[in-house]
Amino acid sequence: MIAKEFDYQRPATLEEATAILVAHPGETTRILAGGTDLVAWLRDDAVAPDLVVDIKDIPDLRDIRMEGDTLHLGSLTTFTDLIESDIVEEHAPLLIEMASTVASAGIRNRATMVGNICSAVPSCDAGPVLLALDTTVHLAGPGGARSVHIDDWFVGLRQTALTDDEVVTHVTIKLQEHGGAYVKLMRYAGEDLAQAAVGIVVYPDHDYRVAFGAVAPTPIRSARIEEALAGKPLDESLIAEVVGMVPDEISPITDMRATAEYRTHMCQVMLKRGLEAAVQRLAGIGPAYETRLI
Amino acid sequence: MEVEIKVNGEDWALSVAPADVLLDVLREQVGTKSPKIGCERGDCGSCTILMDGRTVRSCLVLAVEAERHEITTVEGISFEGLSPLQDVFLSSNAFQCGFCAPGIVLSATELLEQNPDPSRHDVQEALAGNLCRCTGYEPIIEAVLEAAKGGSA
Repeated sequence: MIAKEFDYQRPATLEEATAILVAHPGETTRILAGGTDLVAWLRDDAVAPDLVVDIKDIPDLRDIRMEGDTLHLGSLTTFTDLIESDIVEEHAPLLIEMASTVASAGIRNRATMVGNICSAVPSCDAGPVLLALDTTVHLAGPGGARSVHIDDWFVGLRQTALTDDEVVTHVTIKLQEHGGAYVKLMRYAGEDLAQAAVGIVVYPDHDYRVAFGAVAPTPIRSARIEEALAGKPLDESLIAEVVGMVPDEISPITDMRATAEYRTHMCQVMLKRGLEAAVQRLAGIGPAYETRLI
Repeated sequence: MEVEIKVNGEDWALSVAPADVLLDVLREQVGTKSPKIGCERGDCGSCTILMDGRTVRSCLVLAVEAERHEITTVEGISFEGLSPLQDVFLSSNAFQCGFCAPGIVLSATELLEQNPDPSRHDVQEALAGNLCRCTGYEPIIEAVLEAAKGGSA
């Protein structure tokens, strides 16, 4: 049971939602989408809001669509929605490779990808992939709409650029020909948080994006590794060079799920395999997305 | 708050607080005891129910969120006798203590509706979030594959 009492509202429109948030200054409000983090945190007393605003009745937030070369994902898009979307499968299978590793089917049916980056735990699976895809996060607030590049989204442990009176409406990803990989280290197959994770995107002409999860207070992108790779075809010596940079780029902790040393070592292994897979996928020679790389 | 929820085809008007969790309301107010109280954080799957036909963890859903949604538990798929899937579980003695059984039956029911011809890996993936305290996974996986071969859930 949840010990702390709170009020609950379920607005039918975005305007109503932001009006509710604005009308409760100084109170702790939490936005509820899938609830798979929030309800667990409520039970743990990790959060104690006065008001929970359930945004699931807002119809505009459910869309998955292409607008030209840009993928639009509404903030209520669940991981199951991603996995079952023909649009995502055709244009961004990397998102499905990521989504299929999230928790279990019963969680994926409920948990939203945007909720994942709003909870912003270090191990959030969507983090490294959305970083590598140069995602833009779109928000609505009392002052209207604004957008935040994913590089500026994660500001600290469980902290994001979202302010108290804003709602994330959707994310957009500008897509071009690419190969990607999401490599996730887990204690066992099937259902676990990432012990460490690597998200990679490779564009033509040797243009790389590299991000890590669960090895810093937030998901992080490595500009230094990207620069070292830029413009160069991937070969053994280049892989060795960037693998050698990994320990300086991440700051893993030792906890019950893994030691810092193991996380660092495996990030190096996963970076190598992820880069190789992403480059091969760009060239159309597999391995297929969702193939386990570790 | 008053909420209307359909549980196993029956309309319920329930008086709940926003902090009431669906699992507790189903067990205590509706009297549906098949969803079990396990880890209460979405890891073990013993509280699994179907919400509009898809599995969710009822320990991670507020009762107020279920308003106007259709909830199905194991009781609800057994009105006209056991489902073919349940028959296979029974005949092959696939469960030991049975605590995980309602959640596993519902997860497998969802799987076979989405994918009538699952591979062994598909079954493992679909059941990955349902922990069996007796660790009797092999007979459970075999039973789901057997039920799929039989043609329907």
